[in-house]
Amino acid sequence: MSTTRVVFFKEVIDNLRDRRTLMTTLLMGPLFGPILFAFVINLSLKQSLSDASEALDLPVIGQQHAPNLVTYLKSTNINVVDGPASRDAALEAILDGTHSVVVVITETFGEDLAAAVPATIEVITDRSNTQGRKDTRRARGALDAYNQQLAAMRLTLRGVSPNVMRPLNIDEVDVSTPSGRSAMLLGMLSYFFIFALLMGGMNLAIDSTAGERERGSLEPLLCLPVKRDHLIFGKIFAACLFMCISLALSLTTFHFTLKFLPLQELGMTPNFGPDVVVIAFLLLAPFALLGAALMTLVASFTKSYKEAQTWLSVVLLAPTMPILVVSILMVRPSTLLMFVPSLSQHLLLVGLIKNEPVNMLHVFVSVGGTLLLGILFTWICARLYRREGLLG
Amino acid sequence: MIKVDDLHKSFGDVKAVRGVSFAAADGRITGLLGPNGAGKSTTLRVLYTVLKPDTGTATIDGIDVLNDGLKARGRIGTLPHGAGLYPHLSARENITYYARLYAMDPDTIDESVQKIIDQLEINDFADRRSKGFSQGQRTKVALARSLVHGPQNIILDEPSNGLDVMATRALRDVIRQLKAAGKCVLFSSHVMQEVAALCDEIVIIAEGQVALHDTPDGIRNVTSCDDLEDAFVKAIHTVEPAA
Repeated sequence: MSTTRVVFFKEVIDNLRDRRTLMTTLLMGPLFGPILFAFVINLSLKQSLSDASEALDLPVIGQQHAPNLVTYLKSTNINVVDGPASRDAALEAILDGTHSVVVVITETFGEDLAAAVPATIEVITDRSNTQGRKDTRRARGALDAYNQQLAAMRLTLRGVSPNVMRPLNIDEVDVSTPSGRSAMLLGMLSYFFIFALLMGGMNLAIDSTAGERERGSLEPLLCLPVKRDHLIFGKIFAACLFMCISLALSLTTFHFTLKFLPLQELGMTPNFGPDVVVIAFLLLAPFALLGAALMTLVASFTKSYKEAQTWLSVVLLAPTMPILVVSILMVRPSTLLMFVPSLSQHLLLVGLIKNEPVNMLHVFVSVGGTLLLGILFTWICARLYRREGLLG
Repeated sequence: MIKVDDLHKSFGDVKAVRGVSFAAADGRITGLLGPNGAGKSTTLRVLYTVLKPDTGTATIDGIDVLNDGLKARGRIGTLPHGAGLYPHLSARENITYYARLYAMDPDTIDESVQKIIDQLEINDFADRRSKGFSQGQRTKVALARSLVHGPQNIILDEPSNGLDVMATRALRDVIRQLKAAGKCVLFSSHVMQEVAALCDEIVIIAEGQVALHDTPDGIRNVTSCDDLEDAFVKAIHTVEPAA
């Protein structure tokens, strides 16, 4: 075991001095995910928050035909502005993106309204434009409300209760908690953490075979009176350490990043305090052994550092697959799923963020299953390290 | 004491070694001489156990490299072809790393490392990171780390490759010192002059077979050439090409 210890400490010192490793372990992995995440969330939050609070500039053609409607629209925080000269010009303006939505009031609007014939209003829009959809929804909402108001007035004039028009009263009751709503948004986080973890150990995993071989230091190392298994164990454990550092940094950065996100305005209270950081670390850390062994295994088949990097970027993506499938299928956590690495960590983390009680059986299966698989891959690495072709 | 007996090794269709046998005694310098691709490196790689022969055996101080590779490796210090260092570690750290892997006594490791640094005159750059080392400096450090545990047998694969005159002379001095200390030194080379200048015995290998094994004078006699280079050319032509 002393060989493993010697190799472990040498790898740690060696890699702490390696700028490439430090970049990926201390910067890339931990910062890339949370910062990208914060940026994306911030952007989408701003967009959805702006919906109701900001005034919408709505071009309306033929305002003179419906002064009451224009007054009504203005009362709903919509700025009615002069639209393009004609309907054709409006179509043109929508197509080239000058306006996202244009409302056209027909000339006969007033007469039709007086005669109680349905009066036509055109809402011109482009459904393939996200911004246009949002603005259209607001314009439609305001027009629908005006429509109902007029209908209610007509019924009241005829002595009929407006309730005649509302046989149903539909109430939606949302039982999701503020933490639960955050989980939807933060669910994709688990991949960022696994990514950071893998990135942290990537250079070490490559170094133990392809790197040493390329540098010419592998052959003298194998000439030493030590068991090859012990060499590879030391290298894999060192990779695990860097992975754990990267993971811890990434969780911590995220804890602080969340404080700057206006999630409360969306009615979300992410459960990501210091205690969650610690528990999440303990739940995700077992993945390090599997990740380190898997990456070392893949790297051992490659001829050079560059080739290894290419193949390992595939390994970096592999853990997304189960997470992706489950997010699409909306699967609930089950004991069976806890046997799947990366998926089990993802589900446990989502539960944690939702502030749900921790299912100890699930934790046990996830940690145990992932560790077992990690040990298996480590063993395979050791077997491969013994073969003659290792020197290439 | 290194003994090689009827070694055969093929890589696919290529027969790299076809029945190599020789012995290298303690207190003597044995040179493995041959053209590129003659099977020198393959033979040495079998000796330091990174390759397994198809048939044949090899022993180091009587220890079979096949049955007891770990123990056999403990009896040798090796400088494989193009041995690389860890660029982020200093020369001293590179040597210390190996000393630790040799499981040397932790209390005396620093002392042993300093001794080999003195012996190989590495002091000037001992505490510099090995990233920018010259080929000569790299070879010295690689040699130092393979000698730090004081092995009885030393195997060097083309150690003078890429070295300038001064570095080559320094290397020769070290090899002579090892001989004087009663060690068994086996090294390979494709440079005749170098082998002639150093060796007590020369094993000429061509096409994966031993063409000739004798002292430098013996080789001159057998081939009836005064010039060793001519003798070498003559000797390698006596071997049948591999099928």
